[in-house]
Amino acid sequence: MHRFANPTRFLKLAAIIQPWVAGITLGLFAIGLYMAFFTAPPDYQQGESVRIMYVHVPSAWMGMFCYAAMAVASAVALVWKHPLADVAGKATAPVGAAFTFLALATGSLWGKPMWGTWWVWDARLTSMLILLFLYIGYMALQGAFDDRARGARASAILALVGVVNLPIIKFSVDWWNTLHQPASVIKMDGPSIHPDMLWPLLIMAVAFKTYYVWILLVRIRQELTANKVRILRLKQVHGG
Amino acid sequence: MSEFLAMGGYGAFVWPSYGLTAVIMVVLLIASLRGLKTTEAMFERLKAETGPIHDHSNVDNNNKTTAENADAHEA
Repeated sequence: MHRFANPTRFLKLAAIIQPWVAGITLGLFAIGLYMAFFTAPPDYQQGESVRIMYVHVPSAWMGMFCYAAMAVASAVALVWKHPLADVAGKATAPVGAAFTFLALATGSLWGKPMWGTWWVWDARLTSMLILLFLYIGYMALQGAFDDRARGARASAILALVGVVNLPIIKFSVDWWNTLHQPASVIKMDGPSIHPDMLWPLLIMAVAFKTYYVWILLVRIRQELTANKVRILRLKQVHGG
Repeated sequence: MSEFLAMGGYGAFVWPSYGLTAVIMVVLLIASLRGLKTTEAMFERLKAETGPIHDHSNVDNNNKTTAENADAHEA
């Protein structure tokens, strides 16, 4: 594992893996979308509006997953000062922010016909909004210092402090009264959702995850190349 | 077809959900790919400009270009 944590080796490996991840992502989206629209049945209570679930739930899962990934990367960067960890955290933030925004927006579009409102200030929705703000704060801190290392450190600390929000999001539907329905897939006694709906949901969720891996590879390659550009510029200034 | 688009009366909520998701994911993907391309082009240009300048800090690296030393520095 440590072998691939070497940035130069990672760059070579990422360039090879990337087209495969791209192909898998597109294939999974084709299957997932087909199932979401053609094989999945309408809900007996929610009718066709339930199809919003196939983008809403994977977005929300990925919003939280990306945050956890960013926090782990931040911890590794702070403790071991590993160059790839900093870069991985930085590359994850915009993806996580995009997914969190999508979870909020599609949730709003689902809430309007089902709950009769675009938004309520309840625990689930509010904690997801806080997650979005944490991502924005992380990205803002990255660029807020002239010294890049200080920006990376400050944002990594913010990412770690914000981890407390993740269990709050997960259990908000159990701890507080809310319009949001409780978990029906990730729970102790197994999923309580029909396989005809569960399969398209899981395939879409995996598609979202491989999409994240795809973007992550591209953005890490970009960051590492940008680091090399900075080194070259420094050498030019100092006359080699 | 129009029945499919109507989504049992929920078309106005289902399609914007999918549309917004598609737009944001495609834009993020294209922006990331373009960022990589631009940075790689800049790196190649700088590497060509800088040419085979020797790095005297490391005797073993004497016949490597500065760009290769940039690689080595990171490793």
